Amino acid sequence: MNMLSDGDLQALWLTVRLATIVTMILLIIGTPIAWWLARTKTWWKGPASAVVALPLVLPPSVLGFYLLVVMGPNGPVGQLTQTLGIGLLPFTFWGLVIASVFYSLPFMVQPLKTAFEAVGDRPLEVAATLRASPLDAFFTVAVPLAAPGFLTASILTFAHTVGEFGVILMIGGNLPGITRVASVQIYDHVEALEYMQAHRLSAVMLIFSFVVLLALYMWRPNANKSY
Amino acid sequence: MRIKATNMTGIEARFQIDWPGFTLDVDLQLPSRGVTALFGHSGSGKTTLLRCISGLESTTKGRLVVDGDVWQDDKHRIPTHKRPIGYVFQEVNLFNHLSVINNLRYGMQRNGKTQQVSLDQAIMLLGIDHLLDRKPDHLSGGERQRVGIARALAVSPRLLLMDEPLAALDLKRKQEILPYLERLHDELDIPVIYVSHSPDEVARLADQLVVMNEGKVQATGCLADMFARLDLPFLVGENASIVLDAIVGELDKDWHMVRVDFDGGSLWIMDHGLPVGHRVRVGILARDVSLAEQPGVSSIQNILRGQIDAIADDRHPGLMLVRVKVGKTLFLARLTKRAATSLAVVQGQKVWLQVKSVALLQYNLS
Repeated sequence: MNMLSDGDLQALWLTVRLATIVTMILLIIGTPIAWWLARTKTWWKGPASAVVALPLVLPPSVLGFYLLVVMGPNGPVGQLTQTLGIGLLPFTFWGLVIASVFYSLPFMVQPLKTAFEAVGDRPLEVAATLRASPLDAFFTVAVPLAAPGFLTASILTFAHTVGEFGVILMIGGNLPGITRVASVQIYDHVEALEYMQAHRLSAVMLIFSFVVLLALYMWRPNANKSY
Repeated sequence: MRIKATNMTGIEARFQIDWPGFTLDVDLQLPSRGVTALFGHSGSGKTTLLRCISGLESTTKGRLVVDGDVWQDDKHRIPTHKRPIGYVFQEVNLFNHLSVINNLRYGMQRNGKTQQVSLDQAIMLLGIDHLLDRKPDHLSGGERQRVGIARALAVSPRLLLMDEPLAALDLKRKQEILPYLERLHDELDIPVIYVSHSPDEVARLADQLVVMNEGKVQATGCLADMFARLDLPFLVGENASIVLDAIVGELDKDWHMVRVDFDGGSLWIMDHGLPVGHRVRVGILARDVSLAEQPGVSSIQNILRGQIDAIADDRHPGLMLVRVKVGKTLFLARLTKRAATSLAVVQGQKVWLQVKSVALLQYNLS
């Protein structure tokens, strides 16, 4: 007897795929944002930080609603994607990816920003006196010194995307294999009074979340070292 | 990118900074050889000037020409990573994610051009060959600073900038590193600009001195001249002294002493195993020099004939400093005003100097 149904496995696989892609995209997008926030001295660092942190406090339904409007047939992004022949993004996997990137952005940016701030200016100045260009110094000095921050940020982003529910319902609906992730699948099981299945999938999510957090708190190399 | 201004050798540095609560306004001509010390209190602008020369301080109006190459003027500014400098920071800042050898290689690999100072030479000069595989966390403060200096040398700099490399170390570690710095001075032909607030360090290491105060250059000149000046308030004081470079002229094996000769006379000092002909630098505290009308019988061995050149008040109202010229060399003597009055000290007067004690500051000057 299978512990998890094919639908459950499909939902889990979709969840992992979504979280992995979102984490990778956010590593690329979030790193320069965090770098800029950690080092800029302009006045609009404050407003920019507030915008990045918005998804932390905004109800997911609000975020999802706006994304739905913007990416919908009459929204600017929706009209652009239609013109480009991509079609509409809501209720597709890539629509979910884009929504999740916004939703999880602060979980990537905040730890990276803290890590870059801890590195400080001095190692980069040292690198400059050793003939390293700013880009060279970023990859060979700042990134290695901020490595624990990258690990924390990636784990938090991945886990937070796995735990997404409200935004998904708003932007992705509930399409098996396309947008039906584990959290939505559990909701469906409960709606259908399939408590046993809901238990099993919930247990998987619980164990996963605990292991992730345990890894985060127990295994942080160099976390206490100051540079 | 480099623009030739002139074929002159030397460093021309002109910088202006206007920050809230701090201004820097300097216009300096420095020789591009030997060790030039930037000396002054904290807040005098010496580190800021060094950062301007390195290019790390980017918001500056100024002009910087090193041996005819324009590093900065109104139109151009070569970024730090393209300047042929080495920089030693006060807190060493080794890259903690790299081993010692990879810290040393970091700049060397990016240097591209022919190596004037080889990695092996830098390692040997600083005596760090046994540390190469360690991580910076496992080094002592003194070892870290030596690695930092070697790392700056390994890029074969045309100009070595050092920002109080000893200030963060305790006395014992300082004594550990000073000989290595002296070796740099002797064995490498790289001009050094050395920031310090310690007269002792300056006396041991520097050839030229730039005295800074409140963002301005107060005085500049060769070390012996600067130490003999009576108008520089931090040199005057408890440890007012002169330095002079001399040559070992005679050994006295029976008494374990050597005679060192300078321009205008000679002094007997303790034998430290120095051969005849070797150059030494000695320091003489003003409080260890007394004046006399007649050379009397006393325990003092070094008695010189000189002429009073200048007289100035010391910090304490009961004390004064008298500068005496012996040949071409200037000595300082600290007297109580009472003693000066009973001697009737006046400028131009011929006197006998009794030098109670001579400190050997540096003996591997080449």
